[in-house]
Amino acid sequence: MTPLLEVIDLSKHFGGVQAVQNLSFAVREGEILGLIGPNGAGKSTVFNLINGVFRPDGGRIVLRGTEITGEPPYRVAKHGVARAHQIVQPLAGLSVLENCTVGACFGRENLPLTAAGAVAREVVDEVGLADQADTIAGQLTTAGKKRLELARALSARPYLLLLDEVLAGLNPTETERMIDILRRIRGRGVAILMIEHVMRAIMSLSDRIVVLSLGTKLAEGTPSQVANDPSVITAYLGDARLMQEAGKS
Amino acid sequence: MWRRPFPWLIAIVALAFALIPYFGDDVQLRESLLLAAIYVILASNLNLMIGYAGYVNFGNIVFFGLGGYVCVYLVSEWSWPLLPAALAGGIFVSVLALLFGLGILRLRGAFFALATIGVSEAIKQLVTNFEPWGGATGIYLSLEAYTPLGGPMQALWTTYLLVIVVMAASLFLSYAIKNSKFGLGLLAIGQNEDAAATLGVPTPLYKSLVYSTSGFLPAVAGGLYFFKTGIIEPNSAFNLGLSVEAIVMVMLGGQGTIIGPAIGAFVYEEMRGILLTAESFSHFQLVIAGILLLVIVMFAPGGLVGLVHRRWPVTRRWLE
Amino acid sequence: MIVILASVIDGVLIGAVYGLAAMGLTLIWGVMKVINLAHGIIIVLGMFALYFLATGLGLPPYGAVPVVITLGFVLGVALYWIAVHRIIGQPELMSLLATFAVNMVLVGLGTALWSTSPYNVPVSLPGVSWRDYTFTGTHLMAALLAAVIAGLLYLLLYHTRVGKAIRAVAGNREAAELSGIPTTRILAAAFGLGVALAAVSGTLIATMFPFTVLSGEAYQLKSFVVTVLGGLGNPAGALLGGIALGLVEGLATPFMPVSWIPIIEFGLFVLCLIVFPRGIFALSKA
Repeated sequence: MTPLLEVIDLSKHFGGVQAVQNLSFAVREGEILGLIGPNGAGKSTVFNLINGVFRPDGGRIVLRGTEITGEPPYRVAKHGVARAHQIVQPLAGLSVLENCTVGACFGRENLPLTAAGAVAREVVDEVGLADQADTIAGQLTTAGKKRLELARALSARPYLLLLDEVLAGLNPTETERMIDILRRIRGRGVAILMIEHVMRAIMSLSDRIVVLSLGTKLAEGTPSQVANDPSVITAYLGDARLMQEAGKS
Repeated sequence: MWRRPFPWLIAIVALAFALIPYFGDDVQLRESLLLAAIYVILASNLNLMIGYAGYVNFGNIVFFGLGGYVCVYLVSEWSWPLLPAALAGGIFVSVLALLFGLGILRLRGAFFALATIGVSEAIKQLVTNFEPWGGATGIYLSLEAYTPLGGPMQALWTTYLLVIVVMAASLFLSYAIKNSKFGLGLLAIGQNEDAAATLGVPTPLYKSLVYSTSGFLPAVAGGLYFFKTGIIEPNSAFNLGLSVEAIVMVMLGGQGTIIGPAIGAFVYEEMRGILLTAESFSHFQLVIAGILLLVIVMFAPGGLVGLVHRRWPVTRRWLE
Repeated sequence: MIVILASVIDGVLIGAVYGLAAMGLTLIWGVMKVINLAHGIIIVLGMFALYFLATGLGLPPYGAVPVVITLGFVLGVALYWIAVHRIIGQPELMSLLATFAVNMVLVGLGTALWSTSPYNVPVSLPGVSWRDYTFTGTHLMAALLAAVIAGLLYLLLYHTRVGKAIRAVAGNREAAELSGIPTTRILAAAFGLGVALAAVSGTLIATMFPFTVLSGEAYQLKSFVVTVLGGLGNPAGALLGGIALGLVEGLATPFMPVSWIPIIEFGLFVLCLIVFPRGIFALSKA
């Protein structure tokens, strides 16, 4: 089965720092692939390389058989990749609904305005922002903004969702809710590549996990395989408690 | 009609503009309304860049001046009728802007703004040295140019009406774009260009398109205006102060709204009129405009319309 | 041939002053991502400062240099608090318009006070002769002072605590804030420095050439060209870029009418923006 996304031998350096080095992994259709690693491991850089914010120095990125290496972000979006950022980027002056309409208009399906509005409304309902549909995005709470970030990405009806720490800073109820939403998204066949530090969540959500350290792949496998991998435990030595948590799930 | 009263409002206002001086045969009123209409045209189209896409075009007067030159040149040297000549000016400027924009608009907001600062001066210098367009002296229109329109007196009225049409067209254009997919993309760019790109908005293309579009109607208006004036030369065509004033008008009225720039144009014109007659202030026109702009940017970035929206939120629905 | 060489060398001397001006612009950008559109009029204020200090107060011309640096710094800090502080962090559009508004106010005041007549400060300094050509003393002095001031800036940025703080804020404001640096005051200081550099470069230019209230525009354009050439936020690059521009001007002046130079510089500017957006000496801060 051809994977949905293939990252092949990817490399990127900034000045003297090698952020990503000869990284290879694949995301299968309809799976949730967790991307974890200590801080500075290069996880966000990988996202930036996939969706076109940076061009890789070497390697290839293939989506559904098509080369998307080095394409600018707006083209990658049309190929069916949508992203929710770690630091939320709402279109602050526009309403929640308008934000999602942008996603639906310019995403994979490239819909005209009215049709996009309909899709946006659906997605807004789904993530539970229906009562705030007309609120100006800048006025939402942080949790609301995070949900908007996700909703906007979903509105593009992507094949692949790049989620960058969508659970960060949420209280337990909000976290549970978000996990629910993510499971439902996967249920509809959208693949998810997610960066997360909330160990319990990512271990229970992910079908598979890739562990990154200092720009290279440290380990890959099911959550339990990865949690028991000695090299992974060593890499997280500073975060011993984190690994304990992971081992529990 | 009451759901979206706005376009009808525009039509009514434009009609009023057109008919009142006409029926009173009031030449003085016509002249001041003509000037007001020109400012509305400049501000409205500039708003597409500043208010929608968030890009400041410091050289916006170039559209007006170049359009004027093309039109007057075609009428004077090639005996073209007015309307095609003015439209040709519009097309010439739009195409030029599209090409220039494709190069320049790959840049981010601040750098683009810097590039536009030098454009007007550079174009002014080029035109001053361009002999086919009369160099530093410019082009005079002989009275014969007005005969196809029924003589100079009649021509003045006709050009006036045409300028009103362009003004209405500018407001309709703002309205149409704002309610289109293109407009949504522009607004996204204006809010957060990186996020817009990640969402799939083709940012370089859209920016170039809006830059080009924002030049068309001012160029046509320039053609009409300088035809009516009868003479065009580099200083009047590329009046850099007007570029600055257009920016203040947009910010004063309310960038990003449709009617805002028009309101800004009117209010600013009124203020300027009052200031110029008060002797002591006439030298300080630029200073006052600058202070006004600073106050707006710091305390009321939404302009007059923004203030109305804040004070009476219900107006958000229909005052756009 | 000698004429061209002499012109080039002279260009390099003047270019050092261009570099100094550009350093002010690039410093402000580097630290707070604001483009100071009042840069040109501040250069002009430096020019007029020399006029009033030298002819009005009878100060020896080069004695005005430290005075202008101090006054410029104070002005810069004031401008920061008046116009820049509130819009830091807002969309670029706002900071552009804010500094532009300051520019409008200052140009308006300048024109009202001093009209657009040319002013001149006669400064006589013995030149240095070489073969048939004499290098103007004032040009040599200006270049020397520009180099000295640039050197002092380097010392400030790399060998003092304030300088370290400025560089920290430039790199990552939040991190700097967290490590206890009073970032707002540092931003004000950086803006003050940038303005001081612009002002003193105006003073140096005034020792060499006559000027009007409107002279600032041409020098602002030169500063933009140099800043982009040298890489935004890179003071060393700005100095080198200034010298490079001076060199180009020196090469061009024997061959073309003066009025074409701004057009060429503008073309160069646009070219640089498109082809080398990170500057020729691209020390990329990805």
